[in-house]
Amino acid sequence: MNETKYMNPYLAGFLLGLLLLATIFITGRGLGASGAVKSGVVAAVETVAPSHASEAKFYKEYLSEHDNNPLKNWLVFEVIGVLIGAFISGLVSNRLNWTLEKSPKVTSKVRIVTAIIGGLLFGFGAQLGRGCTSGAALSGMAVLSFGGIITMFAIFGGAYMFAYFFRKLWI
Amino acid sequence: MGPLVPDVIGNELNFVVALFVGIAFGYILEQAGFSTSKKLVGLFYGYDFTVLRVFFTAGITAMIGLVIFAFLGLIDLNLIYVNPTFLYSALVGGFIMGLGFVIGGFCPGTSFCAAAIGKIDAIYFIGGSVIGVLLFGELYPMLYGLYTAENWGLVTVYDLLGTSHAVVAFSFAIMAAGAFWFTRWVELRVNNGATSKEHPLKLYYAVVSILFVMGLSAFLMPSKQNAVLDKANNPEEINSVRLNYITSDELAFRLMDNDNNLQIIDFRPIKEFSEMSLPRSIPMKFKELFGKDALKTIAVKKKLTVFVAADEKDEKKASVIASELGFENVRVLQGGMAAFKSQILNYQAPPEMKTQQEKDTARFRAKASIEVAELIKNNKKAPIEKKKSKRIIGGC
Repeated sequence: MNETKYMNPYLAGFLLGLLLLATIFITGRGLGASGAVKSGVVAAVETVAPSHASEAKFYKEYLSEHDNNPLKNWLVFEVIGVLIGAFISGLVSNRLNWTLEKSPKVTSKVRIVTAIIGGLLFGFGAQLGRGCTSGAALSGMAVLSFGGIITMFAIFGGAYMFAYFFRKLWI
Repeated sequence: MGPLVPDVIGNELNFVVALFVGIAFGYILEQAGFSTSKKLVGLFYGYDFTVLRVFFTAGITAMIGLVIFAFLGLIDLNLIYVNPTFLYSALVGGFIMGLGFVIGGFCPGTSFCAAAIGKIDAIYFIGGSVIGVLLFGELYPMLYGLYTAENWGLVTVYDLLGTSHAVVAFSFAIMAAGAFWFTRWVELRVNNGATSKEHPLKLYYAVVSILFVMGLSAFLMPSKQNAVLDKANNPEEINSVRLNYITSDELAFRLMDNDNNLQIIDFRPIKEFSEMSLPRSIPMKFKELFGKDALKTIAVKKKLTVFVAADEKDEKKASVIASELGFENVRVLQGGMAAFKSQILNYQAPPEMKTQQEKDTARFRAKASIEVAELIKNNKKAPIEKKKSKRIIGGC
């Protein structure tokens, strides 16, 4: 493992904390990620099936909260930034390449299927839990939101609970 | 005073801020190694606790930073987004996310980060999360009960425990330090001592010590708000505060004159305010003087701000706070609302008037008692809407 290439985790955490603090000070809100997926999904449904979007409660609520412009959302802009920032970082540290990362013990097919299932569960869970690791757990922890911290413990606790059953995917 | 949105930074500019915040976020995550699923799930199998280190250091840094900002009066915590607590959906949603984490190897933020540098598994993960959101959207009516059950509102841990913000933040910092030590120990065992040399940097120790001292001072010393409130409850301070009075007659005159620059801040209990309030007045509690709304209302140059309370004692208390906060151009109603009532609203002319001045005053007050009562009555029909900054909506 070539870990020396990565930043010291405490330093990275400290910088991330300062960024989060600055974000809260400037914008009054924290960081996020899954909300951008939601914006994208609502925008797609509105384009593909406008009548469904105007009828089904989930989309209707979201559209009315966003002046019928689901992509004009803070998190959409933030996630575009994440893509740019991560790309720059990969470029600087020479980590840009197309790879399917997996444990040598599993096939590519297994990795693809588990990535999709994992994403599906995370996407679903983040909607139910009103935020993901960034929006609920990290940002919620910073403002000491009870709900955010419960979600954080549930995410990490849940992952530890289920980790044993999926160990063959990783180790 | 923060947050800077929407007053200093407009809502449109905020999207530009979002882009730059995102760039920094993505850069830091990638530099920390969050673009590889193997590293991310490491903490669940004990071979790599990078995620835990980065995550908790970030959370604690921001948490203590907010304690310090609030302590210095730099941010109005009532305006920042606090994730609402819906107990069951937070727990069930969290467990589902945890399951997704060990199966998929990413979380949404890190999957974007990994996809940006070409990780194909991350792109599939994002595809999966799109399906997950879509599935939730379609099942939303069915899940609505679970989604909205046990709504505790915007509750913080320190509200819930009834302790101070700083105490909770420090407890979390100590918990995190314990977790760092313990996971280091686990990691060494799992990797048979051949683990990476990721000791905290010396710089990090230095910065943490500074923050710790600053935080400790926030913990030990009363915050600016509490210090000022203590001062406002000190009889000596109350009696020595310099007051700029406005008489009942002048206030009545300005009300009748429909003076646009006049604004009255009423510190009486809200119940009394709703029973009877003067035109151009807004209710306020002493504590609200520290908020961003008070700053926006009182620190306006051309306005004439008048503090009103039941009696002068409460007006003096508010004046102590206002002068500590640097508010100028504040006048207080002489004798408080009690005097205004006896001199204007319920005015009874004295049986004997000798001088011309006494007669003029009596004539004015007799006229004012009718006109101001009329103004109060009309005002009740059309209450001035209280300018109140809304809490920012955030979250995912």
